[in-house]
Amino acid sequence: MVSAGKSAWIPHAVLLLGLVLVLFPVYVAIVASSLPLRDILDAPMTLVPGPDLVTNYRDALVRGTAGTNSQPVAAMMLNSLVMALAIAIGKIAISLPSAYAVTFFRFPLRRLCFWVIFVTLMLPVEVRIIPTYKIAADLGLVDTYPGLVLPLIASATATLLFRQFFLTIPDELVEAAKIDGAGPGHFLIHMVIPLSRTNIAALFVILFIYGWNQYLWPLLVTNTPAMTTIVIGIRQMIGNGDAQTEWHLVMATALLALLPPIAVVLAMQRWFVKGLIEPEK
Amino acid sequence: MERRVVFPGWLFPALLLAPQLAVTFVFFFWPAGQAILQSAQRGDAFGLSTRFVGVENFTAVLADPFYLSSVEVTMVFSLAVAVLALGSGLLFAVMADQVVRGAAFYKTVLLLPYAVAPAIAGVLWLFLFNPSVGIVAAALRHAGVDWNYLLNGRQALLLVILAAAWKQVSYNFLFFLAGLQAIPKTLVEAAALDGAGAKRRFWRIVFPLLAPTSFFLLVVNIVYAFFDTFGIIHNVTQGGPARATQILVYKVWYDGVVGLDLGGSAAQSVILMTIVIGLTAIQFRFIERRVHYG
Repeated sequence: MVSAGKSAWIPHAVLLLGLVLVLFPVYVAIVASSLPLRDILDAPMTLVPGPDLVTNYRDALVRGTAGTNSQPVAAMMLNSLVMALAIAIGKIAISLPSAYAVTFFRFPLRRLCFWVIFVTLMLPVEVRIIPTYKIAADLGLVDTYPGLVLPLIASATATLLFRQFFLTIPDELVEAAKIDGAGPGHFLIHMVIPLSRTNIAALFVILFIYGWNQYLWPLLVTNTPAMTTIVIGIRQMIGNGDAQTEWHLVMATALLALLPPIAVVLAMQRWFVKGLIEPEK
Repeated sequence: MERRVVFPGWLFPALLLAPQLAVTFVFFFWPAGQAILQSAQRGDAFGLSTRFVGVENFTAVLADPFYLSSVEVTMVFSLAVAVLALGSGLLFAVMADQVVRGAAFYKTVLLLPYAVAPAIAGVLWLFLFNPSVGIVAAALRHAGVDWNYLLNGRQALLLVILAAAWKQVSYNFLFFLAGLQAIPKTLVEAAALDGAGAKRRFWRIVFPLLAPTSFFLLVVNIVYAFFDTFGIIHNVTQGGPARATQILVYKVWYDGVVGLDLGGSAAQSVILMTIVIGLTAIQFRFIERRVHYG
């Protein structure tokens, strides 16, 4: 080993500092979500968890706050879940076939199709929000799940990742399938999709997080409390950040908002790290 | 790159492509075209009619002192976020590459902020630094710092930079760690045998080998700071106080949605599009090179 034995504590010290920086804001939020509101307003608040953890989460989940028109956080979480799942599944469902088409066939305008998709990489929804909103409004998609989801699944990242993987599938497999008389549809379902399992899992994690964490587009395209997602709802709960803010419920909601994506990352950590880093290699 | 063996026919692939092409045209090309069209139009005060004004919206935007100050805020904000997030990501990766015991645990915890929405990261940091309830704010005041980001623009900018960098460290950490682990250990050990100290080994061998990763991450971090941080700004400062944290994407939204200046907002969108296309082009030139030589 290159590293000298006597200074071996330095990496641990630096990494522990990193852990504190990562966990401290989350820890303070956990403590705040277990306190009665008056203990938070009586600043500075304690760093010892209080007795109201269950009550606060139940209040947030079932009752919501005045800022959200009493829309319960449970309903917001359901909206977020529907949006995140639909974005992840929808994006995979439209980009896997299109990547298959541009990789395993040669047809007229194939290159053009590829570039049409590819160019969407360059423009995140943030730079075209107002015209996109107008189109969503014209199509009657405001305050609907398709309105939340469809504009966000128009992106090339997944298509490019699948294409990159498909290019590594050996020609011999395709030859063998052709000799066996298997058509392109059969090959897609029985060979390509099973081979892509790991890629699909990795992409699912990344897209689920992307979908769950969306902010600007849901802010625009949903107006009714019934369609609010949890990430948007929390802004309404904070209000002006003055004495009216029910901080104990805000912090409970913040933790409820970060729990599902963290659970997904932890459960699928290996696939996710692989999926995130490998396309760049 | 192309496949050598392919299937015949055009109808089946056309059907497979149709859904993605449809979504792309309706929600991508149409609005992008509309943005360009709108940027050359101006509506009257009642939204009843629009007329063609050519580049007038652009000249108006570029002559607007608020826009220019927003450009400046965006530059300071994105550079600070990128430097802070890249620097700490690299530091933690170098350290994590050296430990054996507990490495998996450190890695898992440092990964967590990746999963947190920027808007939620903003809320967590807002709660620490809120002048009336924040415990860090209380500690700062106790230490004699006059902390109130609701009134002090510099403090507000610092706070959104910290929240934005906190979330992005995970991503940089993962890429730097993967980059470090791809460096052959024999290379570093050979340098050690030749008498190079730890510092010298890092700056002469490890760092140059990480340069492509760093460059890729720099672009990713700037794009992140430009666009994905809207939720942080909207939650923590709403662009204030006195526009001190009004980054460009926030101003596009504010002018278009709150101010209802569609032409001006569209012109700003088009300028932003140009910036993203430039950044993406730089990134792709780099990835291409990496494919060729890597």
